[in-house]
Amino acid sequence: MTILVIVEHNNKVLSPSASNTVAAAAKIGGDIHILVAGYGAGSVAEAATKIAGVSKVLLADNVAYAYQLPENVAPLVAELSSDYSHILSAATSNGKNILPCVAAQLDVDQISEIISVESANTFKRLIYAGTVVATVQSTAAIKVITVRTISFNPVTTTGASAIIETVSIVHNNSTSNFVSEELVMSDRPELTAAKIVISGGRGMQNSDNFKRLYALADKLGAAVGASRAAVDAGFAHNDIQIGQTGKIVAPQLYIAIGISGAIQHLAGMKDSKVIVAINRDETALIFQIADYGLVSDLFEALLELEKLV
Amino acid sequence: MKVFVAIKRVVDHNVKVRVKADHSGVDLLNVKMSMNPFCEIAVEEAIRLKEKGVATEIVVVSIGPSTAQEQLRAALALGADRAVLIEFAGELTSLATARLLKAIIDKEQPKLVILGKQAIDSDNNQTGQMLAALTGYGQGTFASKVKVNGENISVTREIDSGTQIVSLKLPAIITTDLRLNEPRYATLPNIMKAKKKLLETVTPDVLGISIASTNKTIKVEAPAVRSAGIKVKSVAELVEKLKNEAKVI
Repeated sequence: MTILVIVEHNNKVLSPSASNTVAAAAKIGGDIHILVAGYGAGSVAEAATKIAGVSKVLLADNVAYAYQLPENVAPLVAELSSDYSHILSAATSNGKNILPCVAAQLDVDQISEIISVESANTFKRLIYAGTVVATVQSTAAIKVITVRTISFNPVTTTGASAIIETVSIVHNNSTSNFVSEELVMSDRPELTAAKIVISGGRGMQNSDNFKRLYALADKLGAAVGASRAAVDAGFAHNDIQIGQTGKIVAPQLYIAIGISGAIQHLAGMKDSKVIVAINRDETALIFQIADYGLVSDLFEALLELEKLV
Repeated sequence: MKVFVAIKRVVDHNVKVRVKADHSGVDLLNVKMSMNPFCEIAVEEAIRLKEKGVATEIVVVSIGPSTAQEQLRAALALGADRAVLIEFAGELTSLATARLLKAIIDKEQPKLVILGKQAIDSDNNQTGQMLAALTGYGQGTFASKVKVNGENISVTREIDSGTQIVSLKLPAIITTDLRLNEPRYATLPNIMKAKKKLLETVTPDVLGISIASTNKTIKVEAPAVRSAGIKVKSVAELVEKLKNEAKVI
């Protein structure tokens, strides 16, 4: 068995999600290869060679892959696929965008966001907003799988020395073009990898109040998340939404402030190690899963928290 | 131009589902069903395109049991022109769904196909992408804004680190994110009018499409239950517990 892991990157830096995805591949067992499809992405391939357990890095470096459009990357992966038993990627927005195209081209069903590897053909995943665990078996000759990164502890990213092999296959479609992107820059830890996450909900009332969470986050070295209500109300940008349709986090400490705890939000954070809820409404659902609950006006609580931590 | 919208009948998003005692699936008997929220957004976007004079006809398609007619009628009441139900009572994988949708698309030749980014039951997030791969059309997934410019469509996509804009040549496939729009409600006169609109029913056999699958769900179970902890009285007590008991700060 040989497993191909498609990694995410911005042509300069390899995403940390790569080491979680390789961890899932290692659980399946077999030789692990990495595909870096990008443009001017030599440094990414170099970083990928150092990930523990990886024996080969395939580098497809062409302007066609600069923005990893699925119309170009999926046929590349499909063309490479005959050598592999499994094709994996992280269940990030990029992985979710590309992998189903690969699966359809190979005429196999995909398994989305696995949370565990039971055997080389059996996996667990969550359905119904994380309220049901399904065990899924695949009979596909090539298994196409996305991986929920928080469910797999990352392997080390130093020490290994895989070889780099250049792939010269180029697919350049005429149906789609990259136009532009607007990236949200932040000095804080990346949300899905942060040890502490502080999240605000509708209870924050406005975006100025929401910014107070950042001051507290900076003191704790935490990342800031938001509920859908807070994002929809314009308090926060959508890229920090946590939940069924946003990001999935499992930090050491999750502090939910002014969040009621709808099923859709819990889907994104209920695997956190310690959950703290601060809410004025003592009947809020979030208290049913919080390790420590504080029924209090959240602005008063915030003021005190800022002083005490 | 003709716009296609695929919708799915799913358990209402407010329902807490129960796993069957034999672990064969989720108990859907007497559970409230609704249109998948992302599909509602897809229908709304098609209607807005029609109101702008971009779309000329909206065809809404669903694959499911005969009861899925309710969701198709709901879409017709919102403003879709006609509906197609591919009647099939069992479970279908995303690939089988995409194959069936492609069969209808081949026949009807829409310029734009809009789907939700994921169904809230299977949480697969696959069908739109698979459909794009099968049809060879460009894909604009997780769309928060779309704009048709002649023979192209510009799609603003929600990505992990912000937003991205891609331009697709029509015909194209779009999948909706929650931020694309706010769906409207159907009015009573429109619900009455929707009853007269055309709703055609076909079966996978008639379309000649295989629904065979390489995936099999062998067990479903409830996840480990996380129980409530303790209530603290003050922020000081909370900080003390986090430092000394949980040791997380």
